[in-house]
Amino acid sequence: MDLDFSPEDQAFRAEIRAWMQANVPPKAGPEIGLPSHLETQAAWERKLGKKGWLAYNWPTEYGGPGWTATQRYIFDTERAAAGAPGASPFGLAMLGPVLMSFGSPEQKARYLPPIAAGELFWCQGYSEPGSGSDLASLKTQAVRDGDHYVVNGQKIWTTQAHWASYIFCLCRTNTEVPKQQGISFLLIDMKTPGLEIRPIMTIDGHHHLNEIFLTNVRVPAENLVGKEGDGWTIAKFLLTHERTAIAGVSDSLYQMEELRRAVASDQAHADDPLVRRRLAALEVDLIALEYTNLRTLDRVARGQAPGPESSGLKVKGAEMQQAISEAQVELGGLSALPWMSDHAAGHEVFRGATQRYNFLRASSIYGGTNEIQKNVLAKLLLGMG
Amino acid sequence: MDFSYSSEQKLLQDSANKFALKGYGFERYKETLKITGQLDAATWAQMAEFGWLALPLPESVGGLGGSGTDISLVAEALGAGMVLEPFVAGLVLPGKLLALAGSEAQQKRLLEPLAEGQLQLAVAWAEQGDRQNPVHCATQAKADGQGYVISGRKLCALNAPNAQRLIVSARSAGSAGESAGISLFEIDPSAPGVTLTPYKVMGGGTAADVVLDQVRVSADALIGPAGDAFGVLDAALDHATAASCAQALGAMHALLERTANYLKVRKQFGVAIGSFQALQHRLVDMSIEIEQSRSMVLMASVRVDSADADERRRAVSATKAYLGQASKFVAQQAVQLHGGIGVTEELDVGHFFRQLTAFGTLYGDRERHLDRVAGLPRAA
Repeated sequence: MDLDFSPEDQAFRAEIRAWMQANVPPKAGPEIGLPSHLETQAAWERKLGKKGWLAYNWPTEYGGPGWTATQRYIFDTERAAAGAPGASPFGLAMLGPVLMSFGSPEQKARYLPPIAAGELFWCQGYSEPGSGSDLASLKTQAVRDGDHYVVNGQKIWTTQAHWASYIFCLCRTNTEVPKQQGISFLLIDMKTPGLEIRPIMTIDGHHHLNEIFLTNVRVPAENLVGKEGDGWTIAKFLLTHERTAIAGVSDSLYQMEELRRAVASDQAHADDPLVRRRLAALEVDLIALEYTNLRTLDRVARGQAPGPESSGLKVKGAEMQQAISEAQVELGGLSALPWMSDHAAGHEVFRGATQRYNFLRASSIYGGTNEIQKNVLAKLLLGMG
Repeated sequence: MDFSYSSEQKLLQDSANKFALKGYGFERYKETLKITGQLDAATWAQMAEFGWLALPLPESVGGLGGSGTDISLVAEALGAGMVLEPFVAGLVLPGKLLALAGSEAQQKRLLEPLAEGQLQLAVAWAEQGDRQNPVHCATQAKADGQGYVISGRKLCALNAPNAQRLIVSARSAGSAGESAGISLFEIDPSAPGVTLTPYKVMGGGTAADVVLDQVRVSADALIGPAGDAFGVLDAALDHATAASCAQALGAMHALLERTANYLKVRKQFGVAIGSFQALQHRLVDMSIEIEQSRSMVLMASVRVDSADADERRRAVSATKAYLGQASKFVAQQAVQLHGGIGVTEELDVGHFFRQLTAFGTLYGDRERHLDRVAGLPRAA
């Protein structure tokens, strides 16, 4: 049992910290958990890509730096601590690992290098108007027609579809089999005729989400990942990768520091015993989350599957992000109420607080709602369907 | 970074689990509850035989010099097995206190028999209105000739009814709330002027309120430097708190296992009640809290040995604050999910519930520890 970072890890941290300080882009607005300015985000991702650090979770054979789990953790906490946005997860954290495990050599060669370089944005075509938590009931249909699939249907809650060059899309290719077995995983060029995007504004006041309408969209058959009917297996594989990535521990650590900084700007506020206790309670919860995350990383580094501690990470991680942003709103008081104003008198952290708080209601919904996570955990605990 | 146990630690864990989960059990717990002092000499002797009583003590007095992690492994098993014997109050707390502050002669005289299971000790430190912060010690120790005269009232000194020797905190200078001026004394509970009011503690174990009325002690009763014992008392209490958290974690996990089993076997409306989502999610919430608590206990059991006192304080207080809340949550859910049988004395679930309720208060409640975290200087 040794909870300290090795001298090598500490040297690594110093290297990352120095680079971040020199290279983090100026803020384009309050960080809310998702970037909202394409140009700033794209430039930042290309910069990381050039350095070889964008695909920091990837092995060297696919253009990643080949870091240990501890190094990845250090990198992400330093990235967040510097106030830099996380990379768009769809290509890097989701599709990348899918292609490495299920993709053809051609697919790997074509898509992985530009993703690692920050040249190719993706979005995720999973949810549909009638298929949210019950994802396997999805209806968007892909019918084989020669060397193409013809896709018809509708996707919703598609984050960053308006930035993306491609969408990875779950489509029904067989209606004759049980619902999970009839799903396939297709890569679709967003510029294909018949694909239309409609923006959905969210309560944080930004445009992250979209609705996508697919009408006779012709997709080359070579864009199928795995075999026909493999879609559900791939979707589940992807979700486990997504789960640890979206616990958001690094960003919560950063937002906690931001909250502390904002509270400290008003001495009377900072000295209020109830405010102090509330900050301490958040800090304690964050320590628990951080060490649970570290335990998972430690297991993964040993080549073990994530243990029981990891399944609750997404649930607790989402609740943590929500609790910190809620405290930012409540402790900000009137300073948190100006909407989208760069000029109001309150502390900058408080000025962005309502946007973060509103946005982060989604953190217990996306990637499988917390209730769905609990259903999965209950199965593990009770061994009953 | 490495979260795994060494092979020696795994052996220690196995033997502690075997004893606590198979050798001890609910029946022995109930028998022990009937013994005055709620301490079975045979069990204590067994614990000495296994070497567990030597675990927290220095090698110079026949101890094993075990780490915080070693101690937590045994404590967790004892908690899961609802072992009543005072591992924390009668061993970790006085043992660490004497190891940190005692003279060579005091250590030899008190710690050698402690390690062998031949001596019962108790620390009387808490007082009315101190919110279990030892800095608020108001008991007075006045220098008088070659010794001291001690007067004051101590509250709920755990294991005191069993103890042949008490260790008492008293103020030889300054006033309540100041860390300077606190001293520690070894006191014979049968000495003139010492009055114990013994009682059982909810959840098991015994304690006493201790009135000290002009108790005369000689200079060699002083443990550690005069007026400068706050640091060691604070550290020893952190060791006790960390071990107590590990014990609570054991109890919490035991409740999760029992509750999961119950949901599988109990049938209503023709089906196992574990098929109901409302109950499933409560069970999952218990499990999530336990995993978070385990992370905290792992962390605290390492950091409690830190040479940096503030790092130790932050780790231990954060852990006690977290488990103070999580343990109540888990215990309440376990009772609720067991329904009627959960509120009876017939099932061990209700007894774990009592133990975890007491745990919430002992060694400082959540608010006390949150305030301690808030008051610590922040690391750079």
